[in-house]
Amino acid sequence: MKFEVRVEVRLRPGIADPQGATIEKALPALGFQGVESMRVGKVMRFTVEAVDEAAARAEAEAMCERLLANPVIEDAEIEIKAGALR
Amino acid sequence: MTTRIGVVVFPGSNCEHDVVRAVGIVGGADSDGGAEAELVWHGTTSVDGFDALVLPGGFAHGDYLRPGALARFSPVMEAVTRFAADGGPVIGICNGFQVLTEAGLLPGALQKNKGLRFLCTTVPVQVCSTRTPLTAAAEEGAVLHLPVNHFEGNYICDAATLAALQAEDRIVLRYTENPNGSIDDIAGICNEARNVVGLMPHPERACDELTGATDGMSLIRGILGVGHRTGVPAGTVSARG
Repeated sequence: MKFEVRVEVRLRPGIADPQGATIEKALPALGFQGVESMRVGKVMRFTVEAVDEAAARAEAEAMCERLLANPVIEDAEIEIKAGALR
Repeated sequence: MTTRIGVVVFPGSNCEHDVVRAVGIVGGADSDGGAEAELVWHGTTSVDGFDALVLPGGFAHGDYLRPGALARFSPVMEAVTRFAADGGPVIGICNGFQVLTEAGLLPGALQKNKGLRFLCTTVPVQVCSTRTPLTAAAEEGAVLHLPVNHFEGNYICDAATLAALQAEDRIVLRYTENPNGSIDDIAGICNEARNVVGLMPHPERACDELTGATDGMSLIRGILGVGHRTGVPAGTVSARG
């Protein structure tokens, strides 16, 4: 079976996010007031072949641990859906 | 016997020739054979015959995903890891430091600079420990003016790791004017065995009057002075400069 995987990699709480801070500071110049807690992360989408959803999730978790995220500074959140990515 | 330094080149490395040139300037031929540096392509699976390895600065594998994240999977890294496990001196400069943290040879990580600025300047850096191959020929407490050239140089680690680095004299270099937000002003650290060292500043770019600075020479001298293969104790050949 094919599964669509979406991995969101984000900086852990407390890790400086100067990109987020800079974007947050730029928004009021465009008239967007009251924006706070802006954080910039990464989203990776891909398709994996696995016997079931649990296996697909285990595969994605292993990828996050070994490559997709650096656990010192980043957290990863995984979403799985049946079906190939279009 | 000539001291042989291997300079690991990843696709996207760009400071390898600076290191080779610095080794030539500092190590030059002398009665003891001097030192020479040789480029080692990342696809190589052996680093036999080298006395020390340097992972130079640049943008290995384009810094894609994260700086150093893909370089750690280059074939040469298995050989580098074995060399380090055998006690061989491994020095990671700038991007090389990032590669060593991603490879797990050094703890912690390098996050984006505080202030979101790419830093390209010269900063004062204090030698905090001389018990590493990098600093064996330097003077403890000496303040060196060294170039920095990075976007992700803000060192971070968990509290337990920081406590260990402090207690075990493993903070090798500290900024005296912190340019990037690095925790505890860390500019360079070493592993528990003290043979693997990572630093953000570029000593190899401060080895020639022509480029305005020579403060890096004592650090390059340290790298050359440690005869891993020949068993020469750290710092004993510091006269090579």
